[in-house]
Amino acid sequence: MAGGQQTTSLRTYALTRLGLALPMVLILLTMVFLLLRVAPGDPITAALGGRLPPEQLEERREAAGYNRSLAVQYLEYLGNVATLDFGETIVDNRPVTRVITQNGAATLELTVVALFVALLVGIGVGLVSGRYRDTPVDVAGRLFGILIYAAPVFFLGFLAQLVFAQWLGWFPTSGRASPVTSYDLDTPTNLFLVDSLIALDFSAFSDVLSHLVLPAVTLGLVTGGVFIRLIRVNVLQTLQGDYIEAARARGLSERTVMWHHAFRNALVPVITVVGLQVALLLGGAVLTEQTFNWPGIGSELIRYLNNRDYIAIQGIITFFALVVVIVSLLIDLLNAWVDPRVRY
Amino acid sequence: MSVLSARDLRVWYGTSRGPVRAVDGISLEINAGETLGLVGESGCGKSTLGRSILGLLPRGAVIDGELLYDGQNLTELSQRDFRRLRGPEIGLIFQEPMTRLNPLMRISDHFKETLEAHESSLTDEEIRRRSLDALGGMGIPPTRFRQYPHEFSGGMRQRIMIALTLVLRPKLLIADEPTTALDVLVEAQILQILGDLKKNADTALLLITHNLGIVAESCERVAVMYAGQIVEEGAARTVFSQPAHPYTSELLRSIISLKTTELHYIPGAPPDLADPPNACRFHPRCPYAMQVCTAKDPIEVRAETGQRVLCWLHGPEEEIPPGGKAPLEREAIAVAEEA
Amino acid sequence: MARPSLTRLFGPIREARGVPKWVVIAGIAITIAFVVFALFAPWIAPYDFDTYRTADGVRFPKQGHPSGDHLFGTNVQSTDVLSRVIYGARTALEVVILAVIFSLAVGLPLGLISGYFGGKLDRVLLLVMDSLFAFPYLLLAIVVAFLLSDRLGRGVMTAAVSISVVYVPQYYRVVRNHVISVREETYVEAARALGAKPRTVISRYILQNVIQNVPVIATLNAADAILTLAALGFLGYGIQPTDAAEWGYDLQRAISDAGAGIWWTGLFPGFAIVTLVTGLTLLGEGLNDVLNPVLRRRPIQAVILPERQSRLPAGEAGV
Repeated sequence: MAGGQQTTSLRTYALTRLGLALPMVLILLTMVFLLLRVAPGDPITAALGGRLPPEQLEERREAAGYNRSLAVQYLEYLGNVATLDFGETIVDNRPVTRVITQNGAATLELTVVALFVALLVGIGVGLVSGRYRDTPVDVAGRLFGILIYAAPVFFLGFLAQLVFAQWLGWFPTSGRASPVTSYDLDTPTNLFLVDSLIALDFSAFSDVLSHLVLPAVTLGLVTGGVFIRLIRVNVLQTLQGDYIEAARARGLSERTVMWHHAFRNALVPVITVVGLQVALLLGGAVLTEQTFNWPGIGSELIRYLNNRDYIAIQGIITFFALVVVIVSLLIDLLNAWVDPRVRY
Repeated sequence: MSVLSARDLRVWYGTSRGPVRAVDGISLEINAGETLGLVGESGCGKSTLGRSILGLLPRGAVIDGELLYDGQNLTELSQRDFRRLRGPEIGLIFQEPMTRLNPLMRISDHFKETLEAHESSLTDEEIRRRSLDALGGMGIPPTRFRQYPHEFSGGMRQRIMIALTLVLRPKLLIADEPTTALDVLVEAQILQILGDLKKNADTALLLITHNLGIVAESCERVAVMYAGQIVEEGAARTVFSQPAHPYTSELLRSIISLKTTELHYIPGAPPDLADPPNACRFHPRCPYAMQVCTAKDPIEVRAETGQRVLCWLHGPEEEIPPGGKAPLEREAIAVAEEA
Repeated sequence: MARPSLTRLFGPIREARGVPKWVVIAGIAITIAFVVFALFAPWIAPYDFDTYRTADGVRFPKQGHPSGDHLFGTNVQSTDVLSRVIYGARTALEVVILAVIFSLAVGLPLGLISGYFGGKLDRVLLLVMDSLFAFPYLLLAIVVAFLLSDRLGRGVMTAAVSISVVYVPQYYRVVRNHVISVREETYVEAARALGAKPRTVISRYILQNVIQNVPVIATLNAADAILTLAALGFLGYGIQPTDAAEWGYDLQRAISDAGAGIWWTGLFPGFAIVTLVTGLTLLGEGLNDVLNPVLRRRPIQAVILPERQSRLPAGEAGV
């Protein structure tokens, strides 16, 4: 009886939430189109203008359909996005979808591990800080949070390279794997950690892992700063909750009160924030990839920007827009599933 | 047999303005199976008294005096020992039921963790049976056992809270304004439940409320609290029919009933407990205030009708200095009222 | 009009005690130090930000170790690291002040209008701003900087505009939500009922109220903007290196130094960023704690129970 009611309301919620996501996608796509397609003129001229004789340029423009009206091109763009066709880069003739699957996998690997580090640091320090409010532990935790928030990723990356790679020699500083490994390893998923496990090649796995440590920890720490702050405040707020006092009045142990009531309830809003952090994480990934020569989609974006390859830029940015909307949609659904109150 | 006895209990809060004397020298006894009503305006220290019995005082609060429960002085108990007491010995029911259950936990989980905390030997099946019994006693059907708090109304949540307290079979139950946040019909229901309690079990009940009607209906004995002190205490019947303290009679006069033709209120506001009036704390608002009431702390005496009372009108005569019985001039009252 | 709102802002700081007060003071001290660097850079810095040789034409050492002549050493272009760090404060301040002004100039009116009039306009604006807000802010700034650098060149203006695009949605949201809550308050309702024009109501009643929140947000955003500027510089979409010293650009050049064990070229600009951002964050958070003390614990005076006065005989008589 109750179960049936719940699933219906979850379904209704999911549909409503989806209804909100669609206009958002449309707005983002329109903005991408206006900014990257309309503002700079046509991509062919922008990328190759001056390098090709005018007749050839005109020929290529016509072949690519850039002499048609913008409205037609806009609809065509939307249609292409709907079929997940993002075009082909101008400078090296790669389908943008391939950039996304190959370099995107590198970024995915980096960001997922970084998010894990961020949650570990953020939740750990945040809970302790909130629990032991106003003690030296709390002050240290908060200060740590502020400092790592204030440090740019590339500065932490610089320090990490200096200390752990140059002075201590523990980890490599650039790339996803050593040349031998990348030559030998079969990469069906492009996630090197997964690929090396599939191949049961443990020396490759440890090589890949050691390449991943510095970039992922750097990016994770910076993102974790935001979590520390958030979780600490949540714990403080939750501890003031009436149900905490009621739990104590029933004689529950301080441990139970903390873990079952305070921490658990303080962590629920974090799910929402993880969604917002994905945007931050993607931005940070661009910087981390540049710092550690990580061949991710952010590095590629910068490369294509430097080459003024508008098709590649438009494709990658469109992809980012889709990722952001989809992630926030998924996060909201997850939240509704965890917290029964959200659905009402 | 008294379950709990307080002697000269003091609970002061630290604030940025200095100490607040929420409970300031209270003596009180509750007997097994008895219902004691504790009445007074909001902010007079009633809730603090209730909380102090469970050791649930905020940061910076200081307690001293004697608070005897089962041979131990609760004012000297460690938090660890208090935890064993809370629940199986002393239960607390709160004013605001809407926010007292963890919104992310099913009702069943609330019962499970509570029973597991105190009776670790219970099997899951016993836990389930005990919980459903307690809930059934409150009229909550077993079908709703696994629901979340937000699926219940306020009155139902209060009944769940009561079941959650009674499932541990406490010897002393403190109910802090248990019906204030609820509507009248639900209020009657809850009072009925609390009334049945002492018939079925030998549970003593401390009923904290500002509503004299509730006390008249359900309590044998009543203590009237004003500004951190108990100003009158005795059999409910006597206190209501022949109040000894002027504050009690003023309170009784301000009850609204069907017969009320004109509203009565006590002039002035409850005193600031960080800086209470000198001597008798009620004198600025008292219609019978005398010279002595501003000069010397009143001494507890027994009124002719039998109740304990803290008021110079009842003596002791030998302590009143000459001329102390002259009425306080009206200007003095007016000034105090403005302050 | 300015005076009462100033006292309203600074009054609580003076009254605040304990940790929040020290947080604000530390924030103010750090911020002022950097403002002094920025304003007086030519007098404080030993060299110009792009000087790479002495007056007699002798080139500075390349990647020279910190020494008496160059306290923070020299970088790969032989310029003095200390001078670049000090001049960097100037660049950061210029860009951030412009960016805050731009984002306020756009975000504030949009938020006011959207919140006050509500309806379709509000819904459309909200959706657009939310979409912008959801997008990775750094990527947004990069794209805008990339597009603008064609028209405006890579200068302070380009950097400031790219950064403000990121913060407009934030100001818009805060202002809009605040307006919506203020709009329903009785004194504003009364003014409207009395037939005050929307302009009057917005400027007299709502704006004044909203303005109170601006210092906190502006300070926190300024901290964030420093990071965004450095990130743009790091990626090569900041300010033309020949025009000004910029910490993010310096760090980009320093990354390859790390591999050679050269620490001073990156450490000092990095520290400058961390310190300034921390200072601004402390200032903003402290202001927030002081002005909106939602979770503040008031300091408590310890309670000492006085000895009991015995009830018989009664306490001091008279008074």
